[in-house]
Amino acid sequence: MDLHFGDSKPTDDERAAVDALLGPPESSWEGADRTDADLRWARGGRAARDRRDLLLPGLHAINDRIGWISEGALGYLCRRLTVPPAEAYGVATFYAMFSVRPRPATVLRVCTDLACAAAGASALCAGVEAGLGPGAHVERSPCLGLCERAPAALAVRAGDPVRTAVAAPATVAAAVLAATAPDSAPEEPPAALAVPQAGQEGLTLLRRVGVVDPSSLDDYRAHGGYTALRHAFALGPAGVIREVTDSGLVGRGGAAFPTGRKWQATASQPGRPHYLVCNADESEPGTFKDRVIMEGDPYALVEAMTIAAYAIGAHRGFVYLRGEYPRATRRLRHALGQARARGLLGDDILGQGFSFDIEIRRGAGAYICGEETALFNSIEGYRGEPRSKPPFPVEQGLFGRPTAENNVETLVNVLPILTMGAPAYAATGTAKSTGPKLFCVSGSVARPGVYELPFGATLGELLRLAGVRENLRAVLLGGAAGGFVRPDELGIPLTFEGTRQAGTTLGSGVVMAFDDSVPLPRLLLRIAQFFRDESCGQCVPCRVGTVRQEEALQRIVARGGPEAAGDIALLREVGRAMRDASICGLGQTAWNAVESAIDRLGAYE
Amino acid sequence: MTVTPLGIPRRLLEFAIDGQQARVPEGSTILDACRAAGKDVPTLCEGDTLRPKNACRVCVVEVEGSRTLVPACSRKAEPGMVVRTGGERVRHSRKIVLELLASSVDLSTTPRAAEWIKEYEAKPDRFGPGAARVNEEPRIDNELYARDYGKCILCYKCVDACGDQWQNTFAISVAGRGFDARIAVEHDAPLTDSACVYCGNCVEVCPTGALSFKSEFDMRAAGTWDESRQSETTTVCAYCGVGCSLTLHVQDNEIVKVTSPHDSPVTHGNLCIKGRFGYQHVQNRG
Repeated sequence: MDLHFGDSKPTDDERAAVDALLGPPESSWEGADRTDADLRWARGGRAARDRRDLLLPGLHAINDRIGWISEGALGYLCRRLTVPPAEAYGVATFYAMFSVRPRPATVLRVCTDLACAAAGASALCAGVEAGLGPGAHVERSPCLGLCERAPAALAVRAGDPVRTAVAAPATVAAAVLAATAPDSAPEEPPAALAVPQAGQEGLTLLRRVGVVDPSSLDDYRAHGGYTALRHAFALGPAGVIREVTDSGLVGRGGAAFPTGRKWQATASQPGRPHYLVCNADESEPGTFKDRVIMEGDPYALVEAMTIAAYAIGAHRGFVYLRGEYPRATRRLRHALGQARARGLLGDDILGQGFSFDIEIRRGAGAYICGEETALFNSIEGYRGEPRSKPPFPVEQGLFGRPTAENNVETLVNVLPILTMGAPAYAATGTAKSTGPKLFCVSGSVARPGVYELPFGATLGELLRLAGVRENLRAVLLGGAAGGFVRPDELGIPLTFEGTRQAGTTLGSGVVMAFDDSVPLPRLLLRIAQFFRDESCGQCVPCRVGTVRQEEALQRIVARGGPEAAGDIALLREVGRAMRDASICGLGQTAWNAVESAIDRLGAYE
Repeated sequence: MTVTPLGIPRRLLEFAIDGQQARVPEGSTILDACRAAGKDVPTLCEGDTLRPKNACRVCVVEVEGSRTLVPACSRKAEPGMVVRTGGERVRHSRKIVLELLASSVDLSTTPRAAEWIKEYEAKPDRFGPGAARVNEEPRIDNELYARDYGKCILCYKCVDACGDQWQNTFAISVAGRGFDARIAVEHDAPLTDSACVYCGNCVEVCPTGALSFKSEFDMRAAGTWDESRQSETTTVCAYCGVGCSLTLHVQDNEIVKVTSPHDSPVTHGNLCIKGRFGYQHVQNRG
């Protein structure tokens, strides 16, 4: 590679930020000052290019320290990693959290997504924009995953170290305080506050949230931690896969693929190494269960990943964690350090001769990176665009190697499967949807939060538990990629097969209730805007289709009434092509919610 | 004599296209099989010298058992597959894709676009006058080629040709996201400040005329570009000893464009700056 780097130089701060991640450069080939010795050798080839996956962490390092990514900083990072600047620029401009234009060090992200919009996000936005001076930059953000405390705002102040503060539920004053003085903003309430059932008997997945100290490994072990891993070692990898298969566990991220089959397929691939990837890029509007687990019971994820890696024969695991989740990142990072120090990660775990370690990779604001293959590209340092399948990740996943990718909730389900045994686990729930399920309830309810119920409970039961308010107009199941149901459909059983039969979807477990104070057309427009903003742009049906969808909904909102018929027909045609011809699930589901609102709710009648 | 390696013999596999048995060598794509069977499948982002990117989705076909339509250009044929290329579902998606493209970018110089729009009865105007378009002014920042991104369908072919598939220069990438995504060099700078080596291999693969020779761009602007008056002569580049094949496009006794045959075992359609743009000496008649 004969790379061309511009003349822009990094500032000392930018250089220090990159060097803090990568270490000081060894020669002028990597961006140090040229010495005579450098003239006698060359560095290049595969070894120099092999660190491409550090591009995203490098961009984060610069953005965290400076607040934006300058030409000089990007050029220096490219030199260090032997990455073509044009490609790095393509990557940097892909993510919403990065800026390649100067901006203030403090960025306040105000969530304007569904739950927050219903809780008054637009007034909040206007308030903070008036209240904050030019020293901070206000951005309207897609769902921040704080729906139980809507409306929410996240302040990030670049520096060394970077400071973050969350204001939720946010008043104008609280959001302004978070942005102007992130250090003195009040600490977020404990994660258990998002779990109305916390401490109750009979919980499986949430039983430790609010009960254990999330920073203490001893406390985790005192509450049954690491018994599942011991069981796993006793069973052997094939035994673990058998248990997981027999338990009937299916993926909780939305696709409901049988986990045991995925593990078996990965384990049996002859190619080495195998990788384990945990998808913690929880970006579906209305979803926050993975955040609550990582904040409230981080060691459970560490243990579950260790078991999964043991089963599939992986020695390296990645957690791809949403960039908008600073507290979950801190807690999980701490947990990884503790586990490493105590020999529960690293070489020879529990003296069983099995070695495994986990790295956290932070996302940078891209819903599409929750798609499994886009996530691989993102980790590898490319634009987070989905790959075409086949080949499937179990054959060619991360770095082109066999990879098992599981959602956080899916992974933590492995713990009760191993401690209870597959038959006892499978006895919970229904025959086709086994085990407990987490539901993220938000919107027009008295007690929003994460609820754990066995599969098979009805929508009505869940909403009653959360204290649904009067005048229910619609319930959104599965988030923006899901669908609306009517208030007279609360008998739908919350199972994969039950929701499918009812012509809707469970998705990732989002249950968002809307009362009649929320204008439905506005809600649909927000969903359409979400997809337009989050489309990666790779395929035509999604790149342009999501734009045409939003435009049609704009027209309907503006004109209203009988003139909508033509636009609804147009929406149907475009929606059908997006569903049929898009590369990945984002485009394929971008029309779901709007379609269901038209067909089930009669949104424009 | 050029010896073309034949490779190891490949097994033939059988499957059905539109009810007819098709036999293709293992590893062929559905598109290969369709073309062998004489079926016209529209393609835009597919390139004969590039790996399929399947971004445009205009070649989608129906495969029995598949939830969604599949791109013919990249999906490998499998024995026993049942493929339908002309059903209502396929035609609908192709129509919409053409409408979405034609309503957002200028397809006036895209070969066959008008024909397909007619064939699939696409009506790009129905999104209304307010439909967002990729409004980009042509960029002319060098003497060799022009970039008119108002015509770009974001097929990724130029990026792939500039990158590890051919040129290994990596001067361009897709920047931004979604509808705002554009082909750009780093920091969206002029080409002259970039890593571009002006090989023109991006121009060679561009399916829409978004990238074009400066000579072609200027003649089109002046209204003098007329392919019916052009002749094509394939010859050998006179510069170095590699012996690249050149095809000179000549209008009114002037070279107006240089391409290279994609099936040339030497170039596979690729050239360097000299072969591509260094033809002025041929025209020195003084």
